[in-house]
Amino acid sequence: MNKPRIRWHIPVFLAPAVLIYTAVMIFPLFNTLRLALYSRIDQERVFTGLANFQTLFFDPIWSEQFWNALGNNLWFFLVHMLVQNPIGIALAALLSHPRLRFAALYRSAIFIPTILSFVVVGFAWKLILSPIWGIAPSMLDAVGLKSLFAPWLGKEEYALTTLALISVWQFVGIPMMLIYAALLSIPEEILEAGEVDGITGLAAFWKIKLPLILPSIGIISILTFVGNFNAFDLIYASQGALAGPDFSTDILGTFMYRTFFGFQLQLGDPHMGSAIAGAMFAIILLGVCVYLFGIQTRMRRYQL
Amino acid sequence: MTKARSNSLNTYAMHGALILYVLIALFPVFVILINSFKTRKAIFREPLALPDADSFSMIGYQTVMKQGDFFLYFQNSLIVTVASLFFVLLFGAMAAYALSEYRFRGNTLMGLYLALGIMIPIRIGTVAILEMMVASGLVNSLWALILVYTAQGLPLAVFILSEFMKQVSDDLKNAGRIDGLSEYTIFFRLVLPLVRPAMATVAVFNMIPIWNDLWFPLILAPAEETKTLTLGSQVFIGQFVTDWNAVLSALSMAILPALVLYVIFSRQLIRGITSGAVK
Repeated sequence: MNKPRIRWHIPVFLAPAVLIYTAVMIFPLFNTLRLALYSRIDQERVFTGLANFQTLFFDPIWSEQFWNALGNNLWFFLVHMLVQNPIGIALAALLSHPRLRFAALYRSAIFIPTILSFVVVGFAWKLILSPIWGIAPSMLDAVGLKSLFAPWLGKEEYALTTLALISVWQFVGIPMMLIYAALLSIPEEILEAGEVDGITGLAAFWKIKLPLILPSIGIISILTFVGNFNAFDLIYASQGALAGPDFSTDILGTFMYRTFFGFQLQLGDPHMGSAIAGAMFAIILLGVCVYLFGIQTRMRRYQL
Repeated sequence: MTKARSNSLNTYAMHGALILYVLIALFPVFVILINSFKTRKAIFREPLALPDADSFSMIGYQTVMKQGDFFLYFQNSLIVTVASLFFVLLFGAMAAYALSEYRFRGNTLMGLYLALGIMIPIRIGTVAILEMMVASGLVNSLWALILVYTAQGLPLAVFILSEFMKQVSDDLKNAGRIDGLSEYTIFFRLVLPLVRPAMATVAVFNMIPIWNDLWFPLILAPAEETKTLTLGSQVFIGQFVTDWNAVLSALSMAILPALVLYVIFSRQLIRGITSGAVK
């Protein structure tokens, strides 16, 4: 051990993971950001600085699409936060009840939609909501609410919310599982101490359990945020790349795909596509930073 | 007495709420599956009825088998998923071992670098990934997908596995060293078998997103011979929109493998989530 020897096994262990990760993930990520600073002029790649971003944010045609997609994406995220996560928490609270029978069965059944692919989910709901097949209208008819039915996926004012709710239906299993795990890790003594003080049932949930699972709710929020601002598949599978009707379901993922690959009337433009990717990167980074520095460090953690 | 009754009432309410949600969760899957076995007439006349002797028909499945190459799609998905999981686990475990076992300069920095990818989705780099795959001739090959999914899975795998590897006893590894085993033998023969449960957790976490991904197959490997099941069913359904039997059967055939995988691995998956592997 006197002479410093190179421990070759360390680089050998690290090399494959680091190489693949760097070459296929980190390098393309920065290369995409770099490509956003170029444009194709006369078949040649020319450095144009921030011109693409200027087009994206200020050109009337582009900026209208961009803000539309961003606004839709925000609404998509809000629906998830306001519907998916509360339902997930409620289900987890029910499931974690100590004397509940069949809990494992319920848990497994509720998680099934999460394992299905977006293509299946998108089309299955499209068929069920379809006025041609008539499952949704006849079910509403059975409870006397037929007048409420509308071709939800085909109406501009409902389509995005409908898709967001379909996505909620698919992914509610994830917050449910994570919160369920957090609830199970609360020590029995704390709940018993509450019981001695007369705090049981719903009060125990609001006053004891909820504050203790706040960190998990924070993690779920940031996972939802990253997942939603990077979503694409469900919209593409059910509404196509044009995110109809009339772009009312367009989100950043579909906007980037359309710009990058082109569609009927427009040629694909990798540089504008990169610029949109850059904007998505900035939004996700901002969200992650807000979570890491603004929420996570300030959240009160209780030593369990 | 009153307390007992209100307790049982509560229990009924809880079961009622859970059963209601289970129905909401399973209803669409159920409707698709039962209607895929019915004649076109029966699909429209009685969409909620189970197929009986009169309405039973396999016509949709016959169309799917004739028109779409679902066996090939399934094989592609299987190859991509299994190969990606193999590389994620092997390379992830190796890197996790290096980070958790040895002290060297840059250890923490390397750990942070690898953890970056947990929060940043790989899709952001799609434009440059496609350019790279075109330049290297990997576009429209399953390797393109395997490489991307491996890179995508590595950050979380390294993170979870290194937590578990820290718990493997030092005495065991040192005993191996005294017996003259090389570092590689210690890793492959002593450490890997001990972290098998954690590897299973990582595998299950990665399996579903890889199997279901539509974005990268659509962009990197849209050729007929490299279509995955997800992309294949998307394209097939798009072409057969008006043939309800075929669409319902194609959907059922895409649901089935996922359901089978879930039934096999659900215990592992749920244990993985609830053991707090993702904190």
